[in-house]
Amino acid sequence: MNLNVLKYFPVMPEQASDNAFTYDLIFWWITLLAVFFATVVIILVGFLALKYRRGSTADRRNPIDHSKTLEYLFIGVPTVLALFTFWWSMNEYIKYRTMPKDGIEVYVVGKQWMWHLQHTNGVRENNKVHIPVDTNVKFTMISQDVIHAFYLPEFRAQFHVVPGRYTELYIKPKRTGTFRMLCAMHCGTQHSEMVGQVVVMSKKDYAEWLANGGDDKDVAMNPVEAGKKIWDSKNCGSCHASVDTTRGPSLVGIFGKARPLEDGTQVADSTYVRDSILTPWRRITKGYDPTMPAYQGQLVEDDILSLIAYIKSLSNTGAPGAKAPYAPTAPGGKKNLSGSGPNSTERTNASGSAGMTQFEEGASKQ
Amino acid sequence: MLTKDHKRIAVLYLISVTFMFLLGGLAAGLVRLELTSPHGQLFTSEQYNKLFSAHGIVMVFFVIIPGIPAILGNFVLPLMIGARDLAFPRLNLLSWYLYVLGAIIVLTSFILGGVDAGWTFYTPLSSLYSNSQITLCLLGLFMAGFSSILTGLNFVATVHKMRAPGLTWFKMPLFIWAQYATSLIMLLGTPVVAITLVLVILERTLKFGIFSPELGGDPVLFQHLFWFYSHPAVYIMILPSMGVISELVACFSRRRVFGYEFVAFSSIGIAAIGFLIWGHHMYISSQSTLQNIVFSLLTLIVAVPSAVKTFNWSMTMYKGSVQFTTPMVYVFGFLGLFLVGGLTGPYLGAVAADVHLTGTYFVVAHFHYIMVGGAIMGLLGGLHFWWPKMFGKMYSEFWGKLTALVVFVGFNFTFFPQFILGYLGMPRRYHYYYFAPEWQVYNIMSTAGATVLGIGYLLPMFYLTASLIKGKDAGPNPWGAKGIEWEHADSPPDPHNFHHTVVVTEPPYNYDAIQDNDEFRKKWGAPPVTYKEDNV
Repeated sequence: MNLNVLKYFPVMPEQASDNAFTYDLIFWWITLLAVFFATVVIILVGFLALKYRRGSTADRRNPIDHSKTLEYLFIGVPTVLALFTFWWSMNEYIKYRTMPKDGIEVYVVGKQWMWHLQHTNGVRENNKVHIPVDTNVKFTMISQDVIHAFYLPEFRAQFHVVPGRYTELYIKPKRTGTFRMLCAMHCGTQHSEMVGQVVVMSKKDYAEWLANGGDDKDVAMNPVEAGKKIWDSKNCGSCHASVDTTRGPSLVGIFGKARPLEDGTQVADSTYVRDSILTPWRRITKGYDPTMPAYQGQLVEDDILSLIAYIKSLSNTGAPGAKAPYAPTAPGGKKNLSGSGPNSTERTNASGSAGMTQFEEGASKQ
Repeated sequence: MLTKDHKRIAVLYLISVTFMFLLGGLAAGLVRLELTSPHGQLFTSEQYNKLFSAHGIVMVFFVIIPGIPAILGNFVLPLMIGARDLAFPRLNLLSWYLYVLGAIIVLTSFILGGVDAGWTFYTPLSSLYSNSQITLCLLGLFMAGFSSILTGLNFVATVHKMRAPGLTWFKMPLFIWAQYATSLIMLLGTPVVAITLVLVILERTLKFGIFSPELGGDPVLFQHLFWFYSHPAVYIMILPSMGVISELVACFSRRRVFGYEFVAFSSIGIAAIGFLIWGHHMYISSQSTLQNIVFSLLTLIVAVPSAVKTFNWSMTMYKGSVQFTTPMVYVFGFLGLFLVGGLTGPYLGAVAADVHLTGTYFVVAHFHYIMVGGAIMGLLGGLHFWWPKMFGKMYSEFWGKLTALVVFVGFNFTFFPQFILGYLGMPRRYHYYYFAPEWQVYNIMSTAGATVLGIGYLLPMFYLTASLIKGKDAGPNPWGAKGIEWEHADSPPDPHNFHHTVVVTEPPYNYDAIQDNDEFRKKWGAPPVTYKEDNV
């Protein structure tokens, strides 16, 4: 018999990441339990139904209609197995929900009906993302409209992309190749069109690809530059100068720090900055009046991401803007990056300084 | 149409639910047909989305949720507890009118342009981004929700107040226990979803900022509110079916249900835990990891009462006298499908496995096994069991058993391939999948199975209707069953159910402990309808 026919009946997608293996192991463990219990019940029912069918001469003396021992067995065995399965799956889950400290970050913006991805050096892609192998890749995701679900079946990874808040997901690809990127949450008419590719490259290829501006070779402005541009156009610097003024608190050095608010404190993370831009009246820094205009409806998610990147760049240690805030931890090492073409690190540096100059000018004009 | 008799209202429900089942089934057939091709050639994406939304909305809110409670519950609940009617007969009629009104509004919304947000109506898609007739549709569902609340209220009051003298709680048939647990869920859960639907309407029409972040709302809040009802609603669908199965197993094994108290309490247990596990629909929705841990634990624990029931049903046949009648064949069908449905639950309860599977066809297959396999097999089994009581006529056993077989085979062919599709990563609600041609073979299998299943679902309409015209008279107790409805009422029962006041002295399912085969033969040797198995 020709077993080749089985290739037309695949059962599971490739395992392209570490967690794919462990998740599949849990899957097969539950399958084992399921098959075991199914067999037990089928044999039990089949045996009893046939043996005690009407008219058979089976011995029916001393029937029992309850048995504490059996009941406790029926309760006990499934409980123990359920608890074990819970404990195991929970541990694995926590492991893959704890975001790694190292690796690279990619921003994902879900919109009806495409995936828009942004690398930290400004390279942008649609419905396609290039990532290096054997590296933690953290996706920070937000939706511009409805709820989407960023689904990478080969990596056994999925998480909702929600409007109004950032969600995170990380994977560690273990082989190169092209895999699928899907949207698994019904998001409107062209839901099924929201598909793309994950291209896992070797670290070296990835570093080159990234440094050369991605597929388009069209080196877009990096997020810090873009953020600075928006900062200027909205005249943010007129209130948020390099030092606190009466009009607004300085944003230099705030990123990642706790902010004293009128009602408690909050760590200034991406979500905080985003909310402060869109709905500033909700979190007023102590000692200030709620005078900042709300930018809800005026900025798209890409703009907000850029602004966050810019504000982040103001917060790096040493002289603000002096250090590249978004230098990708290039897997191939810095040499690779600086060796080829205009590299992202330099660009970021330049823009950071430029941004700061502008920033200080804005402050001195007051 | 103005009757206040619970039996006639049950028949009204039978007709209206069957009609909705046909519509929902038609939509399902078209969806399946479309998916045989990876390119989606029959419909546009918009039409496709409207089709699966219509299928889900009609089937969930107008077929499975009201199905057993409104048809079988309405008919047999008062009979089984020796009551003359439900506690509030006018309210019962009102609930049918609300059902019909809700159905008409929802169907109107489909005719006026349809709804494309799926039956779950996730915000902000449903509240701001969808251009379809969502407001009207939600209004219809709101009506249907009230129909469900009134039915639940009526059942709870009836079970508390109208039991026959001597019918203590632990003498009640297990179907009543299941209906009671179901009614509690309907009473406590449905108002939540009703309010949620109103909030969506308010956000759509008046731009209240409740669910959409642009308006200052929380998109995930909707999911909490929705699943707080909709997860327990799964138990509204399956618990009555479990009750039916308990009745059937006892009757056709001639045994008291094994571990009666455990089965009764497992119904209440399922209803109670059912309210605490809605979050397992939201593992990846951005709720906290701690929430996921708690929900996952509770979800896996809910497998226990279901396992208890399954083992107890099986053990009921021990030293019994199993008769392979049509209802009993449905019991075997139910057990098979419930087994697959139940055992695939832990995949979705265990968070790590769920991350990959949620939102895929695995989920579709799982809940069809539970909700459709479980609920519809129970409904058909119960309908065949009580049909002689409802109409006083016997149907063709041959067609009955054949149908059960066709449904079982068709069902497995339809939904088993979907488990594999899910693991392969096919998201549900995809209109086409040209980028993954390997999915096609399973989709074709599934559609072929759906064709068989469709035929299986159509058959009962013919032979059951035929039985009304030329079926043999059933007599009051064709199955030789125990229970007030069989022993004290005519078939079909009198308008007031009983000629005399029923007084209960026996424990439930008192199919005399069968001491030896001779006595057993004497007692059950010649039921009115003879089967090949009983040539004794």
